[in-house]
This record gives sequence, C-alpha cells and structure tokens, in this order.
Amino acid sequence: MRDIKVSLVGYGIVGHGVVDVFNRKKKMLRDMGLNLKLVSVTDHTGTVVSENGVDAEKILGERTLANVATSSMKGKEAISAIDSDLVVEVTPTNIVHGQPGLGHMEAALSSGKHVVTSNKGPLVVSYSRLKKLAEDNGVMMKFEATVGGTMPLISLVERTLVGNTILGIRGIFNGTCNYILTRMTEEGIPYTHALSEAQDLGIAEADPSYDVEGVDTAGKVVILANSLFNMNTKYSDVDVTGITGVTPEALALAKKRGYAIKLIGNVPALTVRPTLVPLGSPIAVSGTLNSAAIYTDLSGTITVTGLGAGSIETASAILTDIVSIYRTKRIDAIF
Amino acid sequence: MRLSMDLELQDVPGQLLLALQPFRDNKANIISVVHHRDRKTPRGMIPVRFVVEMDRSKIETVNAKLKESGISVVRAGEDRLLEAVSVVLVGHVLHSDLGDTVNRIDSTGFAEVMDVSLTMTGVDEPSSAYLKIRATGKAEIQKALAILREVGAEKKLLVIEPIEAEAV
Repeated sequence: MRDIKVSLVGYGIVGHGVVDVFNRKKKMLRDMGLNLKLVSVTDHTGTVVSENGVDAEKILGERTLANVATSSMKGKEAISAIDSDLVVEVTPTNIVHGQPGLGHMEAALSSGKHVVTSNKGPLVVSYSRLKKLAEDNGVMMKFEATVGGTMPLISLVERTLVGNTILGIRGIFNGTCNYILTRMTEEGIPYTHALSEAQDLGIAEADPSYDVEGVDTAGKVVILANSLFNMNTKYSDVDVTGITGVTPEALALAKKRGYAIKLIGNVPALTVRPTLVPLGSPIAVSGTLNSAAIYTDLSGTITVTGLGAGSIETASAILTDIVSIYRTKRIDAIF
Repeated sequence: MRLSMDLELQDVPGQLLLALQPFRDNKANIISVVHHRDRKTPRGMIPVRFVVEMDRSKIETVNAKLKESGISVVRAGEDRLLEAVSVVLVGHVLHSDLGDTVNRIDSTGFAEVMDVSLTMTGVDEPSSAYLKIRATGKAEIQKALAILREVGAEKKLLVIEPIEAEAV
C-alpha cells in the first residue's frame, strides 16, 4: 500500500466534487494499492488540516470552510507549511494573470509536490515556465480536467495515441455555448432567450462573456497547443470569434443544408469561431456535451465526446490524473 | 480540360475495353470510370460515367470513334467547377450590398456563387444568408473563402465557414 498525502486548494464546485469522489472511491483506490489521504483542504477563508485525512462527511455540507477551518492559513502559506506529496489546485480561473492558481502551483512545484489541476488560467499564462519548474523539481503537473472536463483528450494523445503524429485537433470545448446553440436551433429562439434559459438552469454564469465570447475555448486551445503541439502560444495569439452574433435564422439556413453551427476550437490553427459542421459528423454533439476530433498520421481521425463540466465529472478527470502519476513507470525503469 | 461523359455500353464482354480505346488513342488522361451494372437502362444497356482530362480539339474524334464502335454517348459536358463549399453569413448582408459580395467571388473567374438563400427579420435586425460557392479546384475554394473573409471584415459580417474534413 502506498500512502499519498494530498492537499486540496480551492473549495468551490470542483473542490466539493474532489472531496466527494475521494470519499466514494476510497476502497477502489485501496484495491489498486493507493491510499489517498486528504491531509488538508484550503479555501479563501482558511484551512482544515488532519494528518489522518479530513473527514469528508464533516465538510461536504459546508459551502465554505469558514465554520470548520482548523487553521487560518491560506493559499501559498498552507501549501508550503503542510506536509503533502501532491496538491490539487481548483481555485477560480483567471486567464489574464493566472492568479491565485499560478502562485499556488509555483509554490507546490518548487517544494517538490506534484500538481493536478482543473484551473486553466495558470497554464494559459505560464505553461512552459510551470512545466520547467516541474521538471527541475522532479515532479509532475497534470491538467486533463482543464480541457473538455471528463472527456479524455490529453491522456488519450499522450499515452494511448503515443507514436502517432498529431496533425490537428478540432472540437467543441465549451458546453455553455453548445447548449445555447443547440437550444437556438431546436426552438428557433434568439440568442438572448437561449442565454437566459441557460442562466436559469445554472449552465451559464450571470456574466456569460467568458463562455459566449469564446475566451474559455481560446484558453483551452492555448493549453492544447502548448502541451500537445510543443508550441509556445499565449491567449493573444488565438483568433477568437464568439457566438453572440449567431442568429436562429443562420442556424435554420445551415440546418436545411445539412449543417449545424458549432463553436469550434482549432489547434494548431489557433482559431475559435462559429463553424459549419455536417450534421452526421461525430463531433456535431448537442446540449452541453463537448467533443474533439484528433487528426493523426497513423490512426486516422479519432473522435471523443463527453461531459465538459460538472463537479463530479471534473473531479473524475482529476482522480484519473492522480492515479496516472503513481502508475506511470518510465520506460527505462521497466528493464 | 476536364470532361465528364455518360456512355451506354451493351451488356456483352469486351465493351468497356472498346470504349476506353478511343480515349487511349487520343492521349486522354482518365480520372475515373464508374460502371453502373446495377442500373441497366430499359434497353438493357449499362451506363458508364467517364471523367477524363483531354485536349479540347480531340473531343470530336473520340466521339466519332465511340459511335463507330456502337457505343452511344448520352451526355458530354465540361466539368469546370468541381469543388463546392457552403458558407453562412450573418449581419447586414443585404444592405451591405449582397450584389457586390457575390460579384467579388464571381469576378475571380475561378469561383462562382451558385446558390443564395436569404432570411431577413426586422429592418434593423441582422439578416442571415446561405451561400454555395463552386470553384475549379480545392485551392480555388480556399482563395474564394479568403476573399469572403476579407469582405466579411470590411462589411462587418460574421462569416461561418465549414469545418475542414482533412487535418491541414
């Protein structure tokens, strides 16, 4: 049995999902030989620390840690002070300066802790620096949950499709936009109407611009370009058009000719724009689903689809990353 | 020039070879031959579609040779605009001079707008248009799309292009 001490930083929707999933999968992980111990949970109000593992039942009912915190430590201070092997970073994303996640990840990596994250901001702002920091400290940084949520994409390319040259990736990387476009097509309703419906259902934020202007998708395009195509791009390199200009009439005209209009992110072209996708195409998924077509030299085109967001779904991608860190054997270690 | 021809062959052995001979003799480059055994005509003939590249001046000779061999040429026509692409435009499509937009493509000589459907809502509301563009080849389709992108930027139209089927 291998004991792994995990610190969770960020206790919002995804943070709750992580605590829940760790708790639910405890036995399964033990059967695999991994004893994941959540030694601390930190948010903007403080930290719950427990050497023997934080009691999930005790904190899952709390929206923040204000009432249950055992220490007033926050952020970087907590990361450095608490003895752990791995930090799960799930604070709110900021694509402009990457903070506070960027500082958290730097602190974790430079003190020799693995990092698993769903936070796009730090990777968009500073991918190559973080990667180097991880290498210099002999630890890993995994971020499957940042692109396409639970849909396997980065691990699929890095592990399963290893040996292939990846020629391009095109896909739907934002469930909110996909939901709005789907509803506009189905009901013939204007953008603003579909948006308020999405807001009522909690699919769109009160300020939806991050999703509907294509900012979120562009962030994912940057992460894919940097991590899978070894490019050194930043957000401003992406040519972005969102979905606010798409009309129900345009969707109807397209549908009549056998096309759906989807917000498509394209790597390595570095574009995000509304695009005609043939209705029968496997990437033309509906509702909040995400999808990606991976164009390869040996395997042809591989398409994946799955839920792009959600508390448990994102936590599932985080769990996969954690397990893969401890299951990875270097090729030269096998012989 | 590229030519597509629909021929009808008798359902006896050796007919296809007979039909190919005049093309070979006149140095035509055969691009494709589709043999429709399952679509026999009421007279029991088998339709075959040839796409060939050949010198314009040789067409009459080939036609005459085919007739001599008892092969009927049902249709022959130049395939000029071989590639097609669908595009949707959103914005003040009509009031930003749709005629000019179409003309910018048509005037290239290698691409033409073959189909336009327009949906208009309120006077000040953006309208939406579907355009089908045909062009002489794949590269020309890309050039036509580049022109449309330029026009779109100039006239503040959202240009929605199709996803490419290939990686590059």
